[in-house]
Amino acid sequence: MSQVIDDDPRIIEFDVRTDEMLVNMGPQHPSTHGVLRLVLRTDGEIVSEIEPHIGYLHRCAEKIGENVSARQFIPYTDRMDYLAAMNMNLGWSLAVEKLMGLQVTEKARHLRVLISEFSRIASHLVGMGAYGLDLGTFSPFLYAFREREKILDLFEEACGARLTYSYITVGGLTADLPPGWLARCEAFLDQFEPVIREYHTLLTTNAIFVKRTAGIGVLSPEMAINYGCSGPVLRGSGVDQDMRRDGESIYTAMYDGYAFEVAVMKNGHYPQDHVYPAVPADAVLGDCWHRFFVRMLEVVQSMDLVRQAIDRYSACSGPLGEPVKVAEKLPKGDVYLETECPKGQMGFYLVGDGTAIPWRVRARSSSFSNLSVLAELCHGCLIADVPAIVGSLDIVMGEIDR
Amino acid sequence: MRGPAFLESLEAAVPGGVVGTNLEALDPWVEVAPGAIADVCRWLHDAPETGFDSLQCITAVDWFEADPKKAAKAGWEPHLELVYHLWSTAARVSLVLKSKLPRWKDEVQGQPPEVPSVVGVWRTADWHEREVFDLSGVVFVGHPDLRRILCPEDWEGYPLRKDYEMPLDYHGIRGR
Amino acid sequence: MAEYLIQTVGLPEWLAWSLMAGLSAVLILNLMAGGALVFIWAERKVSARIQDRLGPTRTGGSFGWLQSLADGIKLLAKEDLMPAGADGMLFRVAPYVSFCASFAAFIGLPFAFDMVGLRLNVGVFYVVAVLGLEVFGVILAGYASASKWSLFGAMREAAQVVSYEVPLGMCIVVPVMLAGTMDLVTIGEKQAGWFTNWYVFHDPFTFVIFWVYVTCAVASVNRAPFDLAEAESELVAGFHTEYSGLRWSFFFMAEYSSMFLVSGLAAVLFLGGWNGPIPVASLLGLSDGTGDTTGVLVRLVGLGNLLGKATLGVLIMMWIRWTLPRLRIDQVMTTCLKYCTPIAAVMFAGAMTWLWVFPGGVLDIDTGSRRPGEIREGWLDGPGGRGAAAVSTPSSVPNNAAVAEVAE
Repeated sequence: MSQVIDDDPRIIEFDVRTDEMLVNMGPQHPSTHGVLRLVLRTDGEIVSEIEPHIGYLHRCAEKIGENVSARQFIPYTDRMDYLAAMNMNLGWSLAVEKLMGLQVTEKARHLRVLISEFSRIASHLVGMGAYGLDLGTFSPFLYAFREREKILDLFEEACGARLTYSYITVGGLTADLPPGWLARCEAFLDQFEPVIREYHTLLTTNAIFVKRTAGIGVLSPEMAINYGCSGPVLRGSGVDQDMRRDGESIYTAMYDGYAFEVAVMKNGHYPQDHVYPAVPADAVLGDCWHRFFVRMLEVVQSMDLVRQAIDRYSACSGPLGEPVKVAEKLPKGDVYLETECPKGQMGFYLVGDGTAIPWRVRARSSSFSNLSVLAELCHGCLIADVPAIVGSLDIVMGEIDR
Repeated sequence: MRGPAFLESLEAAVPGGVVGTNLEALDPWVEVAPGAIADVCRWLHDAPETGFDSLQCITAVDWFEADPKKAAKAGWEPHLELVYHLWSTAARVSLVLKSKLPRWKDEVQGQPPEVPSVVGVWRTADWHEREVFDLSGVVFVGHPDLRRILCPEDWEGYPLRKDYEMPLDYHGIRGR
Repeated sequence: MAEYLIQTVGLPEWLAWSLMAGLSAVLILNLMAGGALVFIWAERKVSARIQDRLGPTRTGGSFGWLQSLADGIKLLAKEDLMPAGADGMLFRVAPYVSFCASFAAFIGLPFAFDMVGLRLNVGVFYVVAVLGLEVFGVILAGYASASKWSLFGAMREAAQVVSYEVPLGMCIVVPVMLAGTMDLVTIGEKQAGWFTNWYVFHDPFTFVIFWVYVTCAVASVNRAPFDLAEAESELVAGFHTEYSGLRWSFFFMAEYSSMFLVSGLAAVLFLGGWNGPIPVASLLGLSDGTGDTTGVLVRLVGLGNLLGKATLGVLIMMWIRWTLPRLRIDQVMTTCLKYCTPIAAVMFAGAMTWLWVFPGGVLDIDTGSRRPGEIREGWLDGPGGRGAAAVSTPSSVPNNAAVAEVAE
């Protein structure tokens, strides 16, 4: 410590300051959710600066999109957010349908709602379980994966794949549901309901969990909007926006007639359609706890939507419709469509030039924007808060790097 | 505020900013002069009647056809098109801005064109502009930290250009 | 036993004592190593059942009994890696420092009446002091690894363990005060009889302080939710990030041994030690003397009692680990400095007052407790300042010769 600082009576903080250290968190680190690399500038346990480095999982999806037809690109969307591949398929399919002016049948529409909301539950289960893992509790992770396995079993029955489904496709879906599927799905939902209470006990209302998350990484609504955050990250900051309700008509039309309340804190409270745990006193709107809680609410919300979709789908007698041909020509023009994926708003921009192969494909991923706010959130936090904040953003690297 | 009234106030706020419009397209768009991008965006963000407080996406589309036969029939001159998708959280409306750039600055092969950065308007533009710079080769003037984001720092070329050729070798790793 | 060898077999004194010391060492070492194997297997099974899994099922029969042994063999066969920038000697020595500390602490822990490696009149002091040395191994490992994550882990461990020594010490002083001695054997013996004699039920203050002890003990052995030194989601693996193979397994063994040790200490200090909840032996009129067969049997049952209680403690630690999230470093320190230490201090004062007001307990049964003043007088009167221990030990052996009573 220099003489000048020692002599300055105004400076007392310098006493606890030590040498700064640069620490690489990742790309091989247990809690960076894949291959994210964070360079931390730390002073003891305090993080003064954080810089994310991405691109370790870059697979040139946009370039590939310029070389395959619109339907052939579906499997590549699976690999973007591989935890919610159904929603990725849906986003791309809707964007292509918007460009082609296609309308899917009523039955396909309800099946799409059913499948994509079911997929949202699976994705949030991973987000929730992995968040517990980030905070050092292992068991909720396995409880979450146990339930997710059952969802994957159902998906496997429907489309034959457990992770990269390519089920929802341009013009409809690749296949109808097998017989008895709906009954098994309802049985799953019935047994899943009490399990959510278990999650709330182990995580949401757990004293240590609240201590670790409440008031940590507070993201103001203005900052969230300015950084282009979306999904639970945005709603966790109290911004009332959900593309399923506010998005473009081609997407919102899918949810016509469905009753759901956007999981966001409005007028000082969350939706009261079910019994939810109370917000702890320490929690500040926009902190890690709220982001986590919004995901938990959306699990219940998606369960409601799945139940409604089951009723509507089984009431449909018409045909499911056929997907478009693989080499179907795209009209000239460009479209952009954002859908509400579990991680946030996933946008696809597509330029058609009259051939079957798009001229340009652009994927605007939610995690990409959500992650960019990390440097702001982590300023001055402790090292232990970094996994807590990264986990609360619920990123998936496949979507960020594409 | 939609349609012509909106365009008029935009034109009044940033004279010469709007170059053209297409209101019949699936996503109606406004073409903006490349130099005026930052001013237009600033106005769209700040003006209370518009309030486009969120930037969804920045895309660069490379309009280039290597095959001279096809290029003759294409109906457009080779150029680079920047597409900005804006969103207003309050009004829940979107807006598409487009801007045409030359493929290379001063027609010098390998020298990326320049356009003002909008990082000062939306922070999210930081990473999006880095990505466009990295993959499509557009230099955003005024960007605080314009580096490659997805490709390695020593990568050469801009992969999303239509005339991009995958390198044969990268640090001893076979490319093709 | 040593006397037996000298007098009956006629061995030279030095040989007899060395043999007995070696025997005790082997027994304790095997207890540690075997205990660690069992506990690692138990941890895997317990965590598996908590998490709706099966855990190991194949190695060595249907329950995977030999899984830890197989893992041990695998660890033996692994390459002994050391980072290029590491401080070689310290890096190699660190696991043994950790291991030796928790091994040495076992010397003072009684497993049944008089079944103790070395009966010390300052047994409590010795065990706690030596157990505290374990942190040196961790700090050395963290420092010598030349890895930033290891260094973070080591610094956290240093801050945490040193802080928790304070409330832990205060918790331990209470049973010492109640018993009037620091001799663990005597402390255990004083809790003989019905389970109401256990110090945890002595008065409300000891009941509270038992739970403070549990908290501090979990923290001092680095178990979740206080496992900051090896917090895998933050520090990769903390201080043992760079360790592999057998050296790593030494850290592991030290951790499980320490868990067992603090549980055993809790059993002796608060939970009646080797005395069962119902004094079956004395109800049946069995002798617990040192010389006859029934006495040996009674003590073997006592050994089972203590091992059972300690194992229960370890299982509870496992249960906690697989249930709770991890605290943050500042919260761990807050728990220690703002909660554990003041509560321990108040409870200590409370227990002291209680002892003063009801010297023989609330029911006024003379259990041999004395007022604090008397204890002090005893110390002053005793030969060489060892009065208190000498008074409560019927067959007072000179302390320098009290080696290796374990096999007696």
